[in-house]
Amino acid sequence: MNAPEIVVQGLSRHYGNVVALDDVSFTVPAGSIVGLLGRNGAGKTTLMGHITGQIRTTKGKVTVGGKTPFENSEVQESLVFIRDNQRYPDDYKLKHALRAAKAFHPEWDDALAEELVDVFRLPRKKPVVKKFSRGQLSALGIVIGLASKAPLSIFDEPYLGLDATARQKFYDVLIREFHKTERTVFLSTHLIDEMAPLLEHVIVLEKGKKIFDGSAENAGNLAYAAAGMSPAVEKFAVGKTALTKHQIGSLASFTFAGAITDEIRAEAKAAGVEVSAATLQQAVSALGADDSDDFEETPYRKGGKR
Amino acid sequence: MFEAETPIYLQLAAQISEGILRGDYPEGTAVPSTNELASFYRINPATAGKAVNALVDDGLLRKVRGLGMYVTEGAQVSLKSKRKKEFIDKFVNPLLEEANRLGITESEIYEHIKKEGKK
Repeated sequence: MNAPEIVVQGLSRHYGNVVALDDVSFTVPAGSIVGLLGRNGAGKTTLMGHITGQIRTTKGKVTVGGKTPFENSEVQESLVFIRDNQRYPDDYKLKHALRAAKAFHPEWDDALAEELVDVFRLPRKKPVVKKFSRGQLSALGIVIGLASKAPLSIFDEPYLGLDATARQKFYDVLIREFHKTERTVFLSTHLIDEMAPLLEHVIVLEKGKKIFDGSAENAGNLAYAAAGMSPAVEKFAVGKTALTKHQIGSLASFTFAGAITDEIRAEAKAAGVEVSAATLQQAVSALGADDSDDFEETPYRKGGKR
Repeated sequence: MFEAETPIYLQLAAQISEGILRGDYPEGTAVPSTNELASFYRINPATAGKAVNALVDDGLLRKVRGLGMYVTEGAQVSLKSKRKKEFIDKFVNPLLEEANRLGITESEIYEHIKKEGKK
């Protein structure tokens, strides 16, 4: 199978009264690296469960390379799903875990697996995989994900517990392997600013709804921040809906949805506040914030006198 | 290597242009491939491709089938003339504005330029 396209149309999922996914539609182009962003509980893992066929689709439609993934052996063989809570049998050593993974992935690359085991310094003999640290388990997931050479590679927060060096190695190998073998990569992450340059395209979920779908480069149009002295920022905010308000003493920084237009720039100048486009990470964080997340406090003063 | 406000592909295109202007990539030679750029800067290959294509659109690079992207004849000259046009806006006007804010007179500016220019 060639690198497949993922098409999600009107996908909804409810668990009792909880809406996990609400009418989500998007396309992941064949042979691209796409990121899935959103806060914990936004529906990312449920969405990945549908794409990988681990969850049966009850409302809407999901196709991978034009086929429904659920109980479809062709699709199952073509994909690898690396999730953060993968369990291994008690007596599995590294070689057993790799051997098991090899059995499921027809394109498995032994040489690459060996190379990556060294790159991530995974222990070959002791301890058993069950006793691996969080970072080692993540590294093992990455080894399996990349060595599988699966045309569709899905990673659910693959970096947990990895130090900065190991994460850079992951990004390097990911780009290298992406060049070598055509594959579609779909991954969820909270390390948005760190990983955004790797992503051709990002999809942002919030409370089960898709709130952004586009190039990471355009995310600067998603939100902006206005910062300055509290009264000036308050005045600037009149008639606008702030996504987040961050106020400490006389200083304030509010975020607003949308791009910075010339009008906003002029308004900000008149009000004496600084406006700046949000980074993707700031935008995702602001769009996922509730009023309850607003943070206000009066500064602590020594001696308690004011 | 990149800042957040400007799209990465524009920053990368600017860096390659800078290399052409400095003579790091002489006319008629190849610039790094999209794959090399993506791997080196740890960016999405599509973003690297976008940067290269922007330079092709500007006439600074041309695609040689099977070989890669080459710096066009006259690329350095055309970059220089473009940058000369931007010089007033980018350097002279901000300098005058800042001098005005600080109360530095025109003759003081000339003195500084003369002194620094001799170094």
